Amino acid sequence: MAEGSAGPLVQSLERLGRVCVELIEEFGYYLALSIECVYWIGWGGARRQPVRLSATVQQMVEIGLAGLPIVFMLSFAIGVMLAIQGIHTLKQFGAETQVVLGIALSVTREFGPLITGILVAGRSGSALAARIGTMTVNQEIDALRVMGINPVRYLVSPVLVAMLVMMPLLTLFSDYASLIGGAVFCKLELGLSYRAYWDQATGFLALNDLMQGLAKSLVFALVIALVGVTNGFAVAGGAEGVGKATTRAVVLSISYIVLADMLFTYFLNR
Amino acid sequence: MAGPAIEVRDLVAHYGSRLILDRVNLNVGQSEIMVIMGGSGSGKSTLLRHLLGLNIPTRGSIRLLGQDITTASADQLQALRKNMGVSFQGGALFSSMSVAENVMLPLREHTKLDLQTMRIMAGMKLEVVRLGGFGDLNPSQLSGGMIKRAALARAIVMDPKLLFFDEPSAGLDPVVSAELDELILKLRDSMQMTIVVVTHELDSAFKIADRITVLDHGKILLSGTVDEVRSSSNERIQDLLNRRPREEEIDADAYLRRLTGG
Repeated sequence: MAEGSAGPLVQSLERLGRVCVELIEEFGYYLALSIECVYWIGWGGARRQPVRLSATVQQMVEIGLAGLPIVFMLSFAIGVMLAIQGIHTLKQFGAETQVVLGIALSVTREFGPLITGILVAGRSGSALAARIGTMTVNQEIDALRVMGINPVRYLVSPVLVAMLVMMPLLTLFSDYASLIGGAVFCKLELGLSYRAYWDQATGFLALNDLMQGLAKSLVFALVIALVGVTNGFAVAGGAEGVGKATTRAVVLSISYIVLADMLFTYFLNR
Repeated sequence: MAGPAIEVRDLVAHYGSRLILDRVNLNVGQSEIMVIMGGSGSGKSTLLRHLLGLNIPTRGSIRLLGQDITTASADQLQALRKNMGVSFQGGALFSSMSVAENVMLPLREHTKLDLQTMRIMAGMKLEVVRLGGFGDLNPSQLSGGMIKRAALARAIVMDPKLLFFDEPSAGLDPVVSAELDELILKLRDSMQMTIVVVTHELDSAFKIADRITVLDHGKILLSGTVDEVRSSSNERIQDLLNRRPREEEIDADAYLRRLTGG
């Protein structure tokens, strides 16, 4: 078939093929990047190019500590919302007091990790893409390379470690904040004492529920770090490019988080 | 060590499918100041990136201090990079660090010196580029000329044997740019560095160069002393020297093909 004369079906097939190839390429890059990160974390010291603890701690502070207030606020609000909806639904069966079960399970298994993931993607994923993107544009990455400082070791490994440590901790914090939110509303609406609420909640919760949430948060941490860094390194075209990369990093990581969450939940509950 | 400090053989480089460097050969002797000159799009920046090992060439070899960087292992390259200093066009100072921390970074990463020693060494290099006392400022608080000098201080902090300088005078006023030229000459004389400067500024090139390489459309037009370049009969070189707009012949067929996109 001559060039340009392909039918619309062939053209859309071709486009689909291109998108698939790009997607596979991108995932290959994520894989390679994470392997390189792990290499530097494990063997960087032996090659006299260690991953710096100070840089890692700094990232932990930025990702974790600085995110605490907003995580608390939103998680608290989610807890209240769950309580409102739960009571509204359960009223029809006259089983309002069972709302604690719903809150406790959905928070630890689903909403805690999800809301934390989305928040961290918005706060830290975007900052990461912007920071590395700006460094790429300003030739700072080139400068690192010619100084013999591997950019993955110097910039990416600390972020990955910090994410993997802080995401589960933030998720636990978020679980707790949501439970508090639920408790406050139950107290106001049902007159349920905090003591009774807490006893019920902890009575229902199994270790497995918490673990499911924490396992998810680790996956989300990986997604946010890899997507943010990859988009940062791929920046071309100055300040506008940095803006685009930042947006792309946030949208992509939130999408991956929601998709991964669905798959995870499906397989963990079979 | 005898032999040239930099030896480029038949370097061919593409950007996508576009040919950027076409069989470039280049020798730079020990303690020599080589200026690579050329107009925009001549491939001089690409050549520099290849010399720095940032791009991978299609073909050819690049030897720095006797080591072929196209075949070197990661560890060999790492060792070589401790002997190289680079001052980038925009400075490429890390904006999250102070000027002194920027200058100290290579020492921090490559040596086991204690902090006080590194501070003193960084301070000495800042004095060399006449930025003594500015170490605590952030890069964003510096003027264009100061940024270039700070970048130079960072480039020479490990006392490298090779120094690369990308567009030292771009965007600077003539006085500041002349001061940088003096600094480059001083560095060579006091530290015996081999220096490669990429520029399109004629005055600066003629002032500092031992030899000049003129690049055009990815090919080397001439590699020679300042006088040889000045007296060259090559039309493109004279265009560059006399700031003449180039007169390209128009190929009617190619023109028509470009317009119709066929």
